[in-house]
Amino acid sequence: MHSDPAGVRASLRKYVMIGAALLVFTVITVAANRLHLAVPFAITVALIIAVTKGSMVAAVFMHLSNEKKWIYGALLLTAIFFAVLMSVPFFTIMDSIGTPQPAIGVGEHPAGH
Amino acid sequence: MNIPYTVEERPDSGLANGKLGIWLFLASEVMLFGALFSTYIILRTGATEWPHGELSVPLGALNTVLLISSSVTMVMAWAMLKLHNWGRHRLYLLATFALAGIFLVNKYFEYSDHLARGEGPSHSTFLAIYFTLTGLHGLHIVGGMVVMAYLLGPGAKLWKQNPDQFTNRIEYTGLYWHFVDLVWIFLFPVLYLL
Repeated sequence: MHSDPAGVRASLRKYVMIGAALLVFTVITVAANRLHLAVPFAITVALIIAVTKGSMVAAVFMHLSNEKKWIYGALLLTAIFFAVLMSVPFFTIMDSIGTPQPAIGVGEHPAGH
Repeated sequence: MNIPYTVEERPDSGLANGKLGIWLFLASEVMLFGALFSTYIILRTGATEWPHGELSVPLGALNTVLLISSSVTMVMAWAMLKLHNWGRHRLYLLATFALAGIFLVNKYFEYSDHLARGEGPSHSTFLAIYFTLTGLHGLHIVGGMVVMAYLLGPGAKLWKQNPDQFTNRIEYTGLYWHFVDLVWIFLFPVLYLL
């Protein structure tokens, strides 16, 4: 992070340019939505744009592109736990407890018996 | 008694206490919103049908523009302090506060329109998660505005006593504010577009 006045002065234009780029990405997000893409493709496009915008905010406005290692360490831990949290929905899909089993007819035996 | 490391950096971490503190707080916020996003995925993948076009995309897009603009004015407010331009700093911080206020007014119109049609949180699963996510986000906006109001009002006196500490406070407020913007960047497509 630039803390000296000269470095900060040089960053002013960058802040405005990033702000403008974020607004352009917002327009692209809305425009892509009007194309009525297939749902999986629309989700992919919207999330790619959102991740790009989020990275720009974090890297430039929050000065994460040039931070101390303690902050990177804390955020790495956060990213790991966040990934675990986001994987929770997949465990609910894999969970078969309570799922009705196919009925076995009279005289039939499960395979292998 | 002076609290140590409010301005100077700790020799072990190379950070002022407030900087590490706000980042740890933001890490907990990531988990809070992450839990709700995870809930959204479970609800949506488990639903037999999911409504489309229930929310006003122009209003949502306008709110995105407002928050992005407020992030720019917030970082400029910090930069102006670094350049010792007090007048410009006040102007940018006031602009950030005003943009946040307009965001909340828009949200009020959106909420009141839904509630007038009897579409409260209990109306559907979609509206339940919509009100939960945007309501929590709205509370964060209010929290940020309270801090900004303090820094514009009584808290501004610190600039004359300890300009470096005041600059750090603006930086930490900015980090929080950019995070609130970042959350909205994901909320907008997830709730309004997909």
